[in-house]
Amino acid sequence: MLPRIDYQAIMPELIVAGTILVVLTLDLFLRQSRKHWSMWVSFAGVATALGFALSLIPWVAAREGGTGRVFGETYVLDGFALLFKIFFLAVALVILLISLRYIREGRYYQGEYYFLLLTSFLGMLTIVSSRDLLMLFISLELVSAPGFLMAGLRKRDPRSNEAALKFFLIGILSAAIMLYGMSLIYGVTGTLSLKGIAESLAVFNHPTFGGDFPEGLALAAVLFVVAGFAFKVSAVPFHFWAPDTYEGSPIPVAAFLSVASKAAGFAGLLQLMFVGFRPLAEAWAPIFAVLSILTMSIGNLVALQQRQVVRLLAYSSVAQAGYMLLPFALVGVTAALDRQAFAAAVLYILIYGVMNLGAFAVVTAVSRESPGVLIEDFAGLGQRSPTTAVAMGGFLISLAGIPPTAGFVGKLFIFLAAISAWQAGLTIGLWLAVVMVVNSVISLYYYAAVVRQMFLVPVDRPAPFRAPALVTGVVVLAMIGVLAVGIFPDLLATFPPGATLP
Amino acid sequence: MDWFDDWAITLAVFIPAVGALVVALLPKDRDRLIRGMGILLTGVPLVIGIVMLFGYDFDAPGAFGTADAANALQFRVDASWISAIGARYHVGLDGVSLPLFELTLLLSFLCMIYTWKYLPSPGKPKAFIALLLLLETGMAGTFVSFDLVLFFVFWELVLVPMYFLIGIWGGPNREYAAIKFFLYTLFGSVFMLLGFLAMYFRADPHTFDLIALQGADFARGFQLVVFAGLFLGFAIKVPMWPFHTWLPDAHTEAPTVGSVILAGVLLKMGTYGFVRIALPLLPDAAQVWAPWIGVLAVIAIVYAALACLAQRDIKRLIAFSSVGHMGFVMLGIATLTDIGINAAIFGMVAHGVITGMLFFLAGSVHERYHTREFAEIGGGMLQKVPYLGSVFAFTAIASLGLPGLAGFWGEVMALLSSYSPGAGLSIGLFRTLMVFGGIGTILTAGYMLWMIQRVNLGTVSETWKDKDLPDITAVEYVSWAPLLVGVLLLGVYPAMLFGVTGEAVGSLVGMF
Repeated sequence: MLPRIDYQAIMPELIVAGTILVVLTLDLFLRQSRKHWSMWVSFAGVATALGFALSLIPWVAAREGGTGRVFGETYVLDGFALLFKIFFLAVALVILLISLRYIREGRYYQGEYYFLLLTSFLGMLTIVSSRDLLMLFISLELVSAPGFLMAGLRKRDPRSNEAALKFFLIGILSAAIMLYGMSLIYGVTGTLSLKGIAESLAVFNHPTFGGDFPEGLALAAVLFVVAGFAFKVSAVPFHFWAPDTYEGSPIPVAAFLSVASKAAGFAGLLQLMFVGFRPLAEAWAPIFAVLSILTMSIGNLVALQQRQVVRLLAYSSVAQAGYMLLPFALVGVTAALDRQAFAAAVLYILIYGVMNLGAFAVVTAVSRESPGVLIEDFAGLGQRSPTTAVAMGGFLISLAGIPPTAGFVGKLFIFLAAISAWQAGLTIGLWLAVVMVVNSVISLYYYAAVVRQMFLVPVDRPAPFRAPALVTGVVVLAMIGVLAVGIFPDLLATFPPGATLP
Repeated sequence: MDWFDDWAITLAVFIPAVGALVVALLPKDRDRLIRGMGILLTGVPLVIGIVMLFGYDFDAPGAFGTADAANALQFRVDASWISAIGARYHVGLDGVSLPLFELTLLLSFLCMIYTWKYLPSPGKPKAFIALLLLLETGMAGTFVSFDLVLFFVFWELVLVPMYFLIGIWGGPNREYAAIKFFLYTLFGSVFMLLGFLAMYFRADPHTFDLIALQGADFARGFQLVVFAGLFLGFAIKVPMWPFHTWLPDAHTEAPTVGSVILAGVLLKMGTYGFVRIALPLLPDAAQVWAPWIGVLAVIAIVYAALACLAQRDIKRLIAFSSVGHMGFVMLGIATLTDIGINAAIFGMVAHGVITGMLFFLAGSVHERYHTREFAEIGGGMLQKVPYLGSVFAFTAIASLGLPGLAGFWGEVMALLSSYSPGAGLSIGLFRTLMVFGGIGTILTAGYMLWMIQRVNLGTVSETWKDKDLPDITAVEYVSWAPLLVGVLLLGVYPAMLFGVTGEAVGSLVGMF
């Protein structure tokens, strides 16, 4: 008998999938001068999907335990999944908007680009609902594979070729390692479902079990999976592809990789570690502590030396990934602390998405005038385009975590989780918090370097700079969001994603 | 006036911030309108602040120690803010915060008046005014916050506008000074934040409320660690020796009103933090740390005085003298006595008024001579611009602590209090500190008089003999008169301020 499927719950995915097909077909029939219509079709599709996703909020609330099961335990819709879906759809809208001019003027294959972009976003919509290893893997590859192609869209630029090739090779390598780890997990526990894995690991791990549990093997498997995800979220020492790839890609694609693709990786990792592998947390949490410290410190230190803004943002996003990895190091002390760390990580990922996307939107605009986007190219922007410059300054200050911006709120919640873990007996919590605050101060230096160029350095090109209206609109919206969350954190901080943890 | 009681602080704090947004939206070419808006938008909060003085109960105890300390807060507002962590919008005023709150409102207003005529290159009045307004919100908010997260947000809100004020309108070395200021202060304050968070989790129930945390009674070892974090944040802001190196750079490079605000208010945020947060929340640790703070304070006094003797630039000299004056304030705090802390608050206000005035003068001297080097000015200012010279001499003498002027009381009482420090502190050590502090006052007198000699006295040098230098202008009179009157009033009638702080400090000292 076929299971009864609740189509309402997967409406956003269905709409996006439909849009993908329409865009792909439509491109064949559009004249060259009208190719950019694909963007508006995509936009309409994603906006509709977003509307449906918003309408699902009461649907989720009405489900027992706040979790709607669509395909059994494999594919669910709960507060966590819905929150991320709304986030990803909103991000998709923004990326579409900032792509329009860039892709159109850069003589790219437009239909192809929008098709790939939407396909990747479809993967993101499914990854946040996946609750077993197989589904997670498929979704993650659905996110990554179009990314490889998009990174190489500047076909005549050798750096874009390099970006794509590097991204592709490392991407499939990490996928292979991850898949190997997953197969080992299946071998040890006999199940693919995250909940099932947690249950069987917990039983094995129990002292009364007798000791013939292949702990080493299970741990090795977990490490393989973690390494695979570490590539996706560009954690040190698996980060070296990111700056080259971001630099070589078209800038909207770099924005996409550093925000959406990274957030998708984290969403998957969150479910894996906080749910599936939690019983072994004692063994792997210290590894995340090391990963987190390395990632934020090295990311920040290398960012200090960058002269090109996209590379600077790339290393900054490596450092930011370090902050997001911190809560993972706090897992396993108490259930309450788990929920706190989980919520802190989710909050930070969302806030990071908004501020980083805003910064990339500005970079996209500037790149029209200075394709190299060196830091010096921002000189005098404060006078040439005050709105854009002030917003860019706001995003950078927010990335540095200075109040009253959303970035501060995000960091505050991570600090709170770390100090809370310290108080609960996890000494490393305090050290992680200390390393993170020192890193925040270091990071200010290179963010301020851009701010300095925009406002402190005299203008050598006095002509006003006009950012495209769409980009300006997006930037202003993101800025309002960053400030609103910074001043009234309750707008974002009260949602209960922690409740989706068992 | 119930309505006023509930809204007074909120309006006074946020009118400038909202005003900054309004100014930012004004058309760029309406120069007079923009500067006028600046005066209006700081004038309204000042009027609110003055009206509040009439409704203020000067006999009320401070918000320290006692179980119903919260009720001692006046114009109190306590509203939900970040519900997930229980941080609240809790603001109010007591005897310790009122003087600094009023000082902030006054100095901001006077700076706006000064800006009506004097705006350093490269102009851009819109951005200048908007940043000053934003700065006022941060400063005023810091002095009224009774929630640690709220305090931190206001504390940090100050950094960005000040960074731009120094970085855009500053002197030749402005970019270096601006980023140094930013990084230094940020470095200290993030450790302060960690200290706040640690207290939050140690308190039962978890809370960021300053009043509730006073009853938390933390374990001694914990207090010592947290105090270290808070110390780093506050001491850099004060700045205490050896964390002071950002200050001479920032002051020298900052535009005139930036220096005035920096010296007049920003430094006080650090000392205020000690009195408001570190002492009452961590009293045991304060007693352990007090001798060290005392020693650092006296090193600052002597070191700053010696450094001043080596300066060739008026502004740099005044900047170093600030380090010394803040040393007296910290010495007063370190004694943990009634007299000492009263002296500290008096010292803060007096320093704000006097040094704020000195920086105005340094700016005006630069405005006329286009240099601040003693050698290039070459003396004779009393002859060349007699009124300016007189005011300069008057303020410098006030700064050296002449009895009868405001600078005297803070210094002499800080020294007095270290003769008999609070219970548990080493009498021998503090009396030694008193002696060295005394030597510091002599050196202070020395360099101030020397400055007067080099700038004011003597004959006008060849360079300036035939130049036509204007004397004090109307705008300068208006923006300086309140400060000069303040210097005199506080000097001859110190009870005016001690009457405000006395009760609050009494309840604070009762905690030790």
